[in-house]
Amino acid sequence: MDLFEYQARDLFAKHGVPVLAGEVIDTPEAAREATERLGGKSVVKAQVKVGGRGKAGGVKLASTPDEAVARATDILGMDIKGHTVHKVMIAETAPEILEEYYVSYLLDRTNRTFLAMASVQGGMDIEEVAEKTPEALAKVPVDAVEGVSIEKAREIVAQAKFPAEVAEQVAEVMVTLWKTFVAEDALLVEVNPLAKVASGDILALDGKVSLDANAEFRQPEHEALEDKAAANPLEAAAKAKGLNYVKLDGQVGIIGNGAGLVMSTLDVVAYAGENHGGVKPANFLDIGGGASAQVMANGLEIILGDPDVKSVFVNVFGGITACDEVANGIVQALELLKNKGEEVTKPLVVRLDGNNAELGRKILSDANHPLVQRVDTMDGAADKAAELAAAK
Amino acid sequence: MAIFLNKDSKVIVQGMTGATGMKHTKLMLGDGTNIVGGVNPRKAGTSVDIDGHEIPVFGTVAEAMEKTGANVSVLFVPPAFAKAAVVEAIDAEIPLAVVITEGIAVHDSAAFWAYAKSKGNKTRIIGPNCPGLITPGQSNAGIIPGDITKPGRIGLVSKSGTLTYQMMYELRDIGFSSAVGIGGDPVIGTTHIDALAAFEADPDTDLIVMIGEIGGDAEERAADFIKANVTKPVVGYVAGFTAPEGKTMGHAGAIVSGSSGTAQAKKEALEAAGVKVGKTPTETAKLAREILAG
Repeated sequence: MDLFEYQARDLFAKHGVPVLAGEVIDTPEAAREATERLGGKSVVKAQVKVGGRGKAGGVKLASTPDEAVARATDILGMDIKGHTVHKVMIAETAPEILEEYYVSYLLDRTNRTFLAMASVQGGMDIEEVAEKTPEALAKVPVDAVEGVSIEKAREIVAQAKFPAEVAEQVAEVMVTLWKTFVAEDALLVEVNPLAKVASGDILALDGKVSLDANAEFRQPEHEALEDKAAANPLEAAAKAKGLNYVKLDGQVGIIGNGAGLVMSTLDVVAYAGENHGGVKPANFLDIGGGASAQVMANGLEIILGDPDVKSVFVNVFGGITACDEVANGIVQALELLKNKGEEVTKPLVVRLDGNNAELGRKILSDANHPLVQRVDTMDGAADKAAELAAAK
Repeated sequence: MAIFLNKDSKVIVQGMTGATGMKHTKLMLGDGTNIVGGVNPRKAGTSVDIDGHEIPVFGTVAEAMEKTGANVSVLFVPPAFAKAAVVEAIDAEIPLAVVITEGIAVHDSAAFWAYAKSKGNKTRIIGPNCPGLITPGQSNAGIIPGDITKPGRIGLVSKSGTLTYQMMYELRDIGFSSAVGIGGDPVIGTTHIDALAAFEADPDTDLIVMIGEIGGDAEERAADFIKANVTKPVVGYVAGFTAPEGKTMGHAGAIVSGSSGTAQAKKEALEAAGVKVGKTPTETAKLAREILAG
């Protein structure tokens, strides 16, 4: 889960990374009081999860509370690279910036370790630094067990060739930033720019944090950081039912078991769609291992509720999952929707193989639902589902 | 022969007495796996009757190894306790630990990997978030259904569980030497490369099927390894061509970020290494058949 800048700022503050005061608001009028609390001046910063907002006009200085209201009016509702601005942060104005640096911690998948990155060329896009002047970006492996002590932080700072007069201050920031990374179960913590200001202080002026969803069991506070307003309503409904669902922009609804098989199903449907007017998969939905009839029914209800869906492809290879449970789930879901008075008009193509496949196929045959048809190979079923979606 | 697991493997189950552990211990026994014990500190000294097999429960992995000669542990421990359980297996220096558990936090898997490394990697870790591995007809350490296929001469390594099953099903008439599910998490113990090297060295394997998916650069590195070190034919499949950028597709590691981790890049890297890559699982199986037919 990627966080907004203001949320990253709050986490940095919580773990001792030096930041400026700031608060988030969602109405222009609230900018006045917030700016007054900061002594009458502020920076109004659009809160969007995309880079380049400064260039897009999403960051403005306000020298009076009235001006802050005007700037917040301009920025709220603005579109930045397809992201609508719903919130702005009213931040304390920074003292004169003398230098801009870059620091981060992240997972290095290739080497299966954590990595510290640091550069004295901050402020700009770090990918650009990495590409144009790779020697200016220090990359230092961090052992997940040993972590970052002040000595390790000094090593990182030395490798990045920070000027001597700020080295110790930056090293201290590296220690607190590591604390943030570990305590919050983050996958990325990034400060850009980390600024040296006229007062001599080192300040984190902007940052990015991404959190590990697998750590939710020990991070009860993370749920509140979710941007529920931005979530697709179908994705939100699926999440509430504990389903692993991603909305896509095609017409063939997909349900399967296992992340790999479902990803593969999306691809196979997209290939089949090339012969049927370019129809594409409408979603990713993994009902997981050992899914019950109820889970299957929940999944089908979400998919059938998507107005973009023209046909549905249920692709299950029963490993732990039993195909008779899946078949029962399909029959139950159709029954349930009928009882709710919702007419199902979308055709379903079902492919069942593996554990109890014969029994599952029999359940579907016996139910003899006019909208359900069985195709017994994955490629054949994908083709049929694409054909049905194209015909709608 | 086969890789990592055979009829002589003595298997213990960490988390055996939980519901999932019991269910799969029973299935593994049904596939002929020599299960010699379970581990649960709170039930040490007791035993569990599973379909007429009396399975003793030990307090620690070390004790189980000492009393039974166990050399493989399969872990069904919930995410919150998984790190401690893997660390215990590493401390006991059990040669193979198969971590089935799904949903382990990255800080935990990175920590147990770093710990294993600091201890000289005496324990091979498979997973986490994987279906384990099977050597058909000999032993099953994990949750791969044992009745899909029979012993044969194809070696399979895959990030995905259900695609492992699908591929075994597609080629069920030919059979497999071993099939290894390495898992779809960002940090995993055994990689494609480790399995490729083992299959290359295994006299009972004639052809290798390698299944990858979006995210990371493991497939690209495997392609480099194949080019330099693998003489046996390799057939590949990569899932996730239609996955949009920035969305995690089910597995924690399955995410395209920017231009890195795309299925297209992985396919191209594998093809450049001489690997035949199928567009669908069925087509991939067909490529394997063609090569085996000569």
